[in-house]
Amino acid sequence: MKKICVLAVSVLFIVTGLLKGEQMEVLGKAVKICLECIGIG
Amino acid sequence: MSGMHWDRVKVKVLSRRTIQFAAAAVLNGYVLGFQKGRIYTGGSKAVCVPVLNCYSCPGALGACPVGALQAALGGIRPHFPFYVLGLLMLFGIVLGRLVCGFLCPFGLVQDLFHKIPSPEIRIPGKIDRLARYIKYIILLALAVILPTAAAIKEGIIPPYFCKYICPAGTLGGGLPHMIASPGLRQAAGLLFQWKAALLIVILVASILICRPFCRYLCPLGAFYSLFNRFSIYQMYLDEGRCTGCKKCERACPMGVEVTREINSPECIRCGKCRSICPARAVSAYVSVKE
Repeated sequence: MKKICVLAVSVLFIVTGLLKGEQMEVLGKAVKICLECIGIG
Repeated sequence: MSGMHWDRVKVKVLSRRTIQFAAAAVLNGYVLGFQKGRIYTGGSKAVCVPVLNCYSCPGALGACPVGALQAALGGIRPHFPFYVLGLLMLFGIVLGRLVCGFLCPFGLVQDLFHKIPSPEIRIPGKIDRLARYIKYIILLALAVILPTAAAIKEGIIPPYFCKYICPAGTLGGGLPHMIASPGLRQAAGLLFQWKAALLIVILVASILICRPFCRYLCPLGAFYSLFNRFSIYQMYLDEGRCTGCKKCERACPMGVEVTREINSPECIRCGKCRSICPARAVSAYVSVKE
């Protein structure tokens, strides 16, 4: 039951995030070189 | 395993090393990026990969979940990271730390360094057990609490874990860009020196200790470890077959007490315990039931 609940919550979170357009925010961040991540900024 | 539930399926592991190399190649498949010193900008970067794989790596085809998590919590519009957290929970509940053992490119790098012949250093038990909590502190402090608190107070904040610690970002992102771009080489200062030094320390430590970054520092490993005891992919010890020889525990690269807790949060599901067991008492299965 615990597995199914966590699975359901994770899917619910993903769908909620998609509906809120969070994937575009992830895309926007990921397509630019993050200078801090590579140790420059 | 005979007599177990119908939905428990034995999982035979192919060559783990082959899968690790394949995963690293697929996750960093934009070869042109390495040639041109540019990063991939296609739509697949809207999807977080399950592993620590810097999205500023020229070859990266997906987004790093730790970077995306920090960007959501500490970005222009800080918010609860439904999408990123949902993906991480999905990977965690299905695979647990199998992700670390089979899919993580930086795990592969550490494994390869550990192949270099050297005396094996065994960290004293008490220090080892305490040090393993550092990764949970990094997860909470650098990837969650600090970005959230700083964003509320100051607006946009840097991704602290990526900026000050992440060796995967230095290796996969920093070094290729430095090699490809003279401008970036000139811009590199104290921060890059710190990150390069940390990367070198981790790689040297990897020669002497198996997967030191995964054991002590990785926030993603810390997150997935929370799911290890009840993930859909599980390890199983048949106590009827086990002779108590403890060969599995001596072979375990992560120092797991296999006979006491086979699905320990520290287990990366590499399968060494299974392959070494003379009584074939260790197996893996998938089950959606408890």
